[in-house]
Amino acid sequence: MNPVHLALIPGLPLAAVALNLLLGDRLGRRRVSWLACGAVGLSFMLAVRAALRLAGMPEENRSIVETLYTWMRVGDFSARVSFLLDPLSSVMALVVTGVGFLIHVYSVGYMANDASFRRFFLYLNLFMFAMLTLVLADNFLLMFVGWEGVGLCSYLLIGFWYQRPSAAEAGKKAFIVNRIGDFGFILGMLVLFVHAGSLDYARLFAVAPQVFAFGSAAITTATLLLFLGATGKSAQIPLYTWLPDAMEGPTPVSALIHAATMVTAGVYMVARTHVLFQLAPLSLETVALIGAATALLAATIGIAQNDIKRVLAYSTVSQLGYMFMACGVGAFTAGIFHLMTHAFFKALLFLGAGSVIHALSDEQDLRRMGGLARRIPWTHGTMLVATLAIAGIPPFAGFFSKDEILGSAFASGHPGVWLAGLVGAVLTSFYMFRLYILCFRGESRVSREAGHHVHEPPPSMLVPLVILAALSVVGGFVGPPMQEGGHAFERWMRPVFESGAGGAAAGHAVSHATEWVLIAMSVAAAGVGILLAFQIYLNQPSLATQLQQRWSAVHRVLFNKYWVDELYNAVVVSPVYRISQRLWKLWDEKVVDGAVNGVGYTLEGISSVLRLFQTGFVGTYALFFALGVLVLLFHLVRH
Amino acid sequence: MTLTLFAVFAAVLVVSSLSVILQKNPVASALFLVLSFCSLAGIYLVLQAEFIGMVQIIVYAGAIMVLFLFVIMYLNLGRDVETGMQILVRRGIGWAIGAVLLAEGAIVIGRHAAAGPASSPAPGIGNAQALGVLLYSRYLFPFEITSIVLLVAMVGAVVIARGRAGPAARRGSARAAAPARGPEAVAPPASTPPGAAAPGPDGPGRTGTGAR
Amino acid sequence: MIPLSWPLLLSAVVFVIGLVGVLVRRNALVIFMSIELMLNAGNLAFVAFARQMNSLDGQVFVFFVMTVAAAEVAIGLAIIVNLFRLRESVFVDEINLLRG
Repeated sequence: MNPVHLALIPGLPLAAVALNLLLGDRLGRRRVSWLACGAVGLSFMLAVRAALRLAGMPEENRSIVETLYTWMRVGDFSARVSFLLDPLSSVMALVVTGVGFLIHVYSVGYMANDASFRRFFLYLNLFMFAMLTLVLADNFLLMFVGWEGVGLCSYLLIGFWYQRPSAAEAGKKAFIVNRIGDFGFILGMLVLFVHAGSLDYARLFAVAPQVFAFGSAAITTATLLLFLGATGKSAQIPLYTWLPDAMEGPTPVSALIHAATMVTAGVYMVARTHVLFQLAPLSLETVALIGAATALLAATIGIAQNDIKRVLAYSTVSQLGYMFMACGVGAFTAGIFHLMTHAFFKALLFLGAGSVIHALSDEQDLRRMGGLARRIPWTHGTMLVATLAIAGIPPFAGFFSKDEILGSAFASGHPGVWLAGLVGAVLTSFYMFRLYILCFRGESRVSREAGHHVHEPPPSMLVPLVILAALSVVGGFVGPPMQEGGHAFERWMRPVFESGAGGAAAGHAVSHATEWVLIAMSVAAAGVGILLAFQIYLNQPSLATQLQQRWSAVHRVLFNKYWVDELYNAVVVSPVYRISQRLWKLWDEKVVDGAVNGVGYTLEGISSVLRLFQTGFVGTYALFFALGVLVLLFHLVRH
Repeated sequence: MTLTLFAVFAAVLVVSSLSVILQKNPVASALFLVLSFCSLAGIYLVLQAEFIGMVQIIVYAGAIMVLFLFVIMYLNLGRDVETGMQILVRRGIGWAIGAVLLAEGAIVIGRHAAAGPASSPAPGIGNAQALGVLLYSRYLFPFEITSIVLLVAMVGAVVIARGRAGPAARRGSARAAAPARGPEAVAPPASTPPGAAAPGPDGPGRTGTGAR
Repeated sequence: MIPLSWPLLLSAVVFVIGLVGVLVRRNALVIFMSIELMLNAGNLAFVAFARQMNSLDGQVFVFFVMTVAAAEVAIGLAIIVNLFRLRESVFVDEINLLRG
């Protein structure tokens, strides 16, 4: 069969990077945007073609592997640059390229007046390359290349406006916190390699059940370490603190990297290695618990924030928690399903927020918005769709995926996780509708100057919004509940998750009646949240201030994000900083510099002595001649 | 008889060479050097190298030393003033080295040259003739090369000595140019040859120059 | 006849005297003259050996040495004259153009 050229899917953005790097300055904005968007668009079409080819293959061996070249060969070990397309990676690739393409188009309009237009698309394409390498890799090493690459691009893009100190700090924070996670990832890979002798997915997953005893310390350690990496990349407890700060970057960056794609890498990684996790029930429990805890924690913080992007950031952390909850209870398909729908509506939310910010001349504080529904109707409409989706109101996409997660949690015997998810759903719809109301409804609190320039964004920004809104509406229809033999999405993913005890099977263990009750409860939870939000923020605005005053202590805690950042600073960052200061003063300055400079001084000393020989006087030289002759003759005389 | 002659010439040689290096006045040094050469020529004669002896007088004493004296006069050097601690130190080291070297040389000569007296040379053809035969047969090539060496030396000497005029030269030429108009009008020529106007090696003086 | 060691010893003495002159004196011309002394000492040794070994090759060598010495003197004096023009001095401890 002729190949589908998987390597081109990450390869085209890389080529665009190279061209941009070499010629970008001379190309002009229009050509740069065509180059960047075109590369991603072509990648998307290639991904579609590859997925269609995959669909045409029989279910039992639905995977395509294409090797580019052998990267390294050391003794028995060899690593190849090789790409794998199976149902899981096809979904990821389609989401990344599709949503990525829409965001690229949006960025053309959003960054139109920015001085570093070319650099933005350079980094954006570089990110696409790294992310696609990550999802299409067929071994851990190549995936790690992509893993690190997206971390790098995250740093570059968060600190895109590097002259702003807060942006530079945020970029550093993101990269360093990620590195801590990566440390875990590397150690996990090492443990796996030591025991199983290979880092290829196919080989590793095949031999794992023989090499690792069920629930043994080895596999538990390895998977926990891998999960540490996932918490870093996907902003879960304890490594989530970088994501809210990452909002310093331009809004398209927040949409692409910190909502739709990069942060989902951790979820993808857990799903990909589900064979290993299913061998270590302790790790799975940990995943579920941390997912649930993070979902609740982030939701509570989100209700007290005033910056529109911060609210969305905490919302992302919370929704990622849901995805990990799903994986933790064994419902990997549900987790990926939510990943997909979340990509649609979260990207839409961020892009819409960007549109609002753009319309209000860079205003980001919710307390200075309001009453914008009439004035920017298209933005308003699409944002409403997204908010309904994330709240989990049927028939929007979020409902189907969230419901499946909650159902699986309940059915797999994790009532605590289910309850946490339910409470989280209430909070989610509450704070999201709070955001919606404060922004678009009610009395306008917009400042005078900003109010003059309120305008809809240009088509390059509006069209992606509309497309994403459409996806947020219909995206869930691939996964309706209560289908005999599993819904479409499940059937697509079955070859990947069939091996090992599938949580998908557990989802069918409950009766239809129970399922209907669960659905009703999750919809009701969402509804409660919406009603509360409307009551507090629209119908009785004074209620908001009253509540805030009555529960002021609680509000303070939530507003200050439980002071987690300050805690980390005091316990980890400051001591490390102090140690490194001391090391610098003591070791680097005195010993290292001393040694190096010492060599210099010694040489100087020697040479200033030797220099005395070069007097320039012939007489001195003659003297040395004579001395030499003397010495020679002396030897002759002696023997 | 030859021994006595040799001893006399040797003594003169040693004394005059010592004087060469010890005299303050370079002219005196040069003259003593001439004396050394002449005594050396005598030694050559005693050693039955008559041709060499004659050539020694002609070339060394006659040509080379004249050249030396030319230059000494041309540069108009006076007595050497040699003072200072540094010079004493250098002198001390120099004499010390000389003494050690002489000792070493004496030891070597004493060790090896305990051989008997020299053999008498073959009579018959004269020294010059014998030398000539050798020179034009076996050593023809070096002989011809020598002529090239001399040519090169000639050309080189002319080129180098012509040179670029240094600051002394420029100053001298300025002084030579300026008072050229002066003496005609004002100064009564006290010395008959007007110092500046006359060309030639006219004792340009220490600050003057051979402006040519 | 004259034993070989006598002229050789004499040659060594004159050579050393010349060497001392090179090392001790400041005047470039006197140094040059000392060098001539050294050359002549070598010549004397050649002649002595030629006589000892009863071959004239040594004397041929003296011939060449003298030629080359003459050439050398011509050039050397030209250089000294040039140097004097440059620096107005023939004292070697006042000239350190070779420095560096």
